[in-house]
Amino acid sequence: MNAPQALSRWAGPGSSRVPFWAYTDPALYQRELEKIFYGEHWCYVGLEVEIPKVGDYRLSHVGERQVIMVRDRVAPRERDTDPGIRVVENRCAHRGVRFCQQQHGNARSFVCPYHQWTYKLNGELAGLPFKDGVPATGEDGQPCVNGGMPEGFDLKQHGLTRLRVEVLHGLVFATFSDTVEPLRDYLGAEVMPWLDRIFQGRQLQLLGYNRQRIPGNWKLMMENIKDPYHPGLLHTWFVTFGLWRADQKSRMVMDAKGRHAVMISRRNEGGENRTVTQGVTSFKAGMQLNDARILDVVPEPWWTVPDPSRPGESITPTVTMITLFPSLIVQQQVNSLSTRHIVPRGEGEFDFVWTHFGFTEDTPEMTRRRLRQANLFGPAGFVSADDGEVIELSQDGFRQWGQGGETLCELGGTGTEMTEHMVTETLIRSMYAYWRQVMGE
Amino acid sequence: MLQLAVDRFNADYGAALDERRFEDWPGFFAEDGCYKVQARENFDRGLPLALLAFESQGMMKDRVYGITQTIYHAPYYTRHVVGPARVLGEQGDRVMAQASYAVFRTRPGDTSEVYNVGRYIDEFVRAPDGLKLASRTCVYDSEMVLNSLIYPI
Repeated sequence: MNAPQALSRWAGPGSSRVPFWAYTDPALYQRELEKIFYGEHWCYVGLEVEIPKVGDYRLSHVGERQVIMVRDRVAPRERDTDPGIRVVENRCAHRGVRFCQQQHGNARSFVCPYHQWTYKLNGELAGLPFKDGVPATGEDGQPCVNGGMPEGFDLKQHGLTRLRVEVLHGLVFATFSDTVEPLRDYLGAEVMPWLDRIFQGRQLQLLGYNRQRIPGNWKLMMENIKDPYHPGLLHTWFVTFGLWRADQKSRMVMDAKGRHAVMISRRNEGGENRTVTQGVTSFKAGMQLNDARILDVVPEPWWTVPDPSRPGESITPTVTMITLFPSLIVQQQVNSLSTRHIVPRGEGEFDFVWTHFGFTEDTPEMTRRRLRQANLFGPAGFVSADDGEVIELSQDGFRQWGQGGETLCELGGTGTEMTEHMVTETLIRSMYAYWRQVMGE
Repeated sequence: MLQLAVDRFNADYGAALDERRFEDWPGFFAEDGCYKVQARENFDRGLPLALLAFESQGMMKDRVYGITQTIYHAPYYTRHVVGPARVLGEQGDRVMAQASYAVFRTRPGDTSEVYNVGRYIDEFVRAPDGLKLASRTCVYDSEMVLNSLIYPI
């Protein structure tokens, strides 16, 4: 027998050269939806605090599929084990209608407007009009029944698609997969301490949303937050004010599969340091703020935690950027906190939804500080606006060249190891090593 | 007539931005004036987050430095079309007004597109040299920012 022919189009070894077709091929993108977003992965849906009361819901997405995150009734004896959060697909089981059109609201049940099929909050079909037909009188004058669903029609078999749901510290994740491992195992022991650090034991307070549509492949956003090379070069505010740059003590962490990551760093005083500012045109030696309240950084007690990789020592990062494959970024940049949700829309476009939050224990001053620092982030942010811009320009570059081109991600070599510095593209390489396995490329 | 004064103010404001005289922009505000660009969903639900939120002329000057010196972005022109103002009240030296706006974006070499649509919710203060904004909140309907928003609305 002949050996099976290799299906991979990925010509080079390893994952340090990413072919342009990985960003531009529509058929490949459809397979990504199936294997990644609808396959054995957990996708972020929203925050528990967005739906505080029974019946509260909001629309979200898993891949391109619109879903409803809703808080269901829970029997008292199940409250310890069931957080009551359900995620169901926004698609009627009857004729496929995307029936829910309010971005958020409160409902006792969901009703499709087309034929009034009615669903419980957990997605079970509660009932439908004329299921048992319409009573009438036959030509023979005897009572009869017109129409109705076939005998044996089982409501239980015709509910909404119900996703598996897990809630971690108020973050809601869902998956179409029956086989993916439990969420904490999926995220991995290396990443969990950094989620615990921000969220464990604290109630979130919702501050609001920002939404942007970015004309680039969804993976470029993941890469952007796995790339510690660019912030101190593209972002003037980071290099000038010492918020993020190559002379800082930092660490690149990833899970065992290399798909999730944490970029950890510690702010320094900024100003000139020739090893990282000489020749860097975005460094503005004379730059001063007219109103410094935007950078009124106040350290918070929870920033300091036992160092997960150095027993007996503690660590106090000022920034942790967490990428949870495939679609979530969790940001702590000094006092600014947000989740950023990637919603893909074809191979060349995605929506990027920012949800900013604080904690219920925050003083009014801390809330105001978080809101002021929000000027640095989001679609108009002093540092984040240019990320969306360069992603669009990257996609433009890939598109104009076509099949033969590839990106080069070899800062710090071609390996995929964790590092104690940020002069590396290791996290991008590790994500593509994993992506190659999943996609069979 | 007050409405005429507000309309003239809005025309001058839009022209300054469309003509890229960004350094003139903070001068439309009182020294401690507030400027916000906020998504309608946040405004309607009482959520405080805004796309941009400045609390002084100083913060606005820092934004002007950002858009001219530090934020990397593909260049574009804006065109503000501001509807007639509705003057909604007067209290002492304060004037409350609102106006609908549409801002179009044109990138060099590209077609024009609807960029940001919403309304100004304004509080003016009467100053010796005319009206100044004590606060302007741009509440935008557009559910998605087209990639980034660099220049003021």
